[in-house]
Amino acid sequence: MLPVSLVRLSFAEPGRGFTFGYISDSHIQHIRDDKFVRSWDQGLKRAVAEANLLDPRPDFFVFGGDLAHLGTRAELDHGAEMLGALHGKLYMVMGEHDYYLDMGDYWRKLYGDDYYSFDHKGVHFVVLNSILTYDDWNRRWDTPGRRMQEMALLDNPNGSPFMVGERQREWMRKDLDSQDKDTPIVVFSHSPLQKIYRGWNFWTEDADEVQKMLAPFRESNVIYGHVHQIQYNQIGNIAFTSVMSTAWPWPYPESYALAESHLPILTVPMNRADPSNERDATGWQFMNMHSGRIDTTFNLGANQNRRVAWNERHRRPEDTRYQDKDARTPPQDHF
Amino acid sequence: MRGPRRKTISNQERKMRTLALLFCLIGAVAVAADEFTREDMERWQEQYQRVAQKGRQLWTSGDLGSNGVACAQCHPNAANTHPETYPKFQQQLGRVADLWEMVNWCIRNPLEGEALSADDPKMIAIVSYIHSERKGVPLAPGKH
Ligand SMILES: [Fe+2]
Ligand SMILES: [Fe+2]
Repeated sequence: MLPVSLVRLSFAEPGRGFTFGYISDSHIQHIRDDKFVRSWDQGLKRAVAEANLLDPRPDFFVFGGDLAHLGTRAELDHGAEMLGALHGKLYMVMGEHDYYLDMGDYWRKLYGDDYYSFDHKGVHFVVLNSILTYDDWNRRWDTPGRRMQEMALLDNPNGSPFMVGERQREWMRKDLDSQDKDTPIVVFSHSPLQKIYRGWNFWTEDADEVQKMLAPFRESNVIYGHVHQIQYNQIGNIAFTSVMSTAWPWPYPESYALAESHLPILTVPMNRADPSNERDATGWQFMNMHSGRIDTTFNLGANQNRRVAWNERHRRPEDTRYQDKDARTPPQDHF
Repeated sequence: MRGPRRKTISNQERKMRTLALLFCLIGAVAVAADEFTREDMERWQEQYQRVAQKGRQLWTSGDLGSNGVACAQCHPNAANTHPETYPKFQQQLGRVADLWEMVNWCIRNPLEGEALSADDPKMIAIVSYIHSERKGVPLAPGKH
C-alpha cells in the first residue's frame, strides 16, 4: 500500500505545488509634512528588499492588511510607493487601519475590490474583508478621524468586534458553490477567522459561520494578519496560520493577566521581543503550497527563522523544530 | 516664706503639666495614625484610580513622544511590561534597572521623545497605570 502522503500527491493539480510571499501589517504612520515613523518604514522596506532577493521567484505576493496606521491618503500613498518596489504580482487584503477613516474608499481606489476570489494552479483563493463591524458603531462618532482613532486603539473598551458580514458571506457561499469539494481552498483575511481574544479583536464575530462554509472541503486553509505574532491552529479540515507584522509585535493575549483568552494550544509562540532591537519579533513570510496544504517560513528580522509546516501524519500544521514541549526555549515562554 | 513655697508648688505643677501635655501629644499622634475611616480608604483608592486613569490617557496618547507613536501601540492593556519583575537585570542597559527607567527607554526610542524624571507626575501616572493592569500577579523581582 502506498503511504498516505503519496496518495495525496497523486491528486495531480494541487500536487504540483508553488510558492508565494506574504507581507503584512506595516502600519505606515504619518507624523507631519513628509515625515513618517522611521521604524515602521524600515520594517516594510526591509521586507520588500528581502522578498525581492527570493530566487526562484514566488508565483505572487500577498499583503495582509494594515498598510497604513490611521488610513490617511498620505499613509496609503507612502505605503503603496514602498510596496510598489516589490517585484511580482500582488494581492491585497484590507485591514481595519486602512478602512475606518473613509470606510475603505481610498484603499479601493488604489487596489480595487476588498473581497474577491481567484484560481491559481488548481487552488481556489478567497480574499475577505473581515474587519467590518456594526453600522450603529460606524455612525456613533462625530468625525471619521475619531472613528479611526477608536478602532485603532486595540484594547479600546469602546471598540467593536470585527465581522465578515452577511452580504460577504452570501457572496462567499455562492463563490464556493461552484468549487469541487476536492479543490484546495485558501482564504486570506485580516482578522483571525477563529475566536482567540475578543478584547483585542483577535476575533471575528461570525467566524463560526465562515468555518461552516469551509468545513465541507477536503483541504481548507486560512491565512490571517492583524495579530502581529505567530499563531497556528487546526479546526477540523481547516488549517489556520497567522503572519507577522513588519512594524512591531503584539503580546500574546495570555500575558494580559486580567482577562481570559484562548490561544490555540497547538501554537508555539514567537520569542518574547527584545525592546532594544527594533526589528525583533517582526518579519514576513515565505509560503510553500503543496498537496492542498501550506508550509510557512517566518523570516524574522532579528531572530532565528521559524518554520510551521503541514504534518501529514498528525494532519495539522506544526513547527518543524520547536513543536515538542522539550524543544521549546525560554524566550518562547510568555507571561 | 510664701514665696519659696509657691515656687515649689509651681515647679511641681509645671512638671506635671509638661508630663500631661506630653502624654496628651503622644496620645493625639497615636490616635491620628491609627484611625482612618472607610471613607478615607475609598478616597485614597480613588486618588490612585484617578492617577492611573491619567496614566492610561498618556499611555494611549500619541503626544507623549515626538512621532505620534503611543505606548499602547505595542502594549495593549500594558501587557508585556511585566511590572512585577522589577527591579531586574536589563540586557540593553547592562545593569539592574527599575520599571520607570524602561518606560524612559521606550519614550526615548520607539516614541523618539524626551525622558521624564522618576518623580515627574506623568511618570508616576504611567507607572500607576501599568501596575493597575497587573493586579493580583505575584511579585517576582529579578525574573526575566
Ligand atoms: Fe496590524
Ligand atoms: Fe489590524
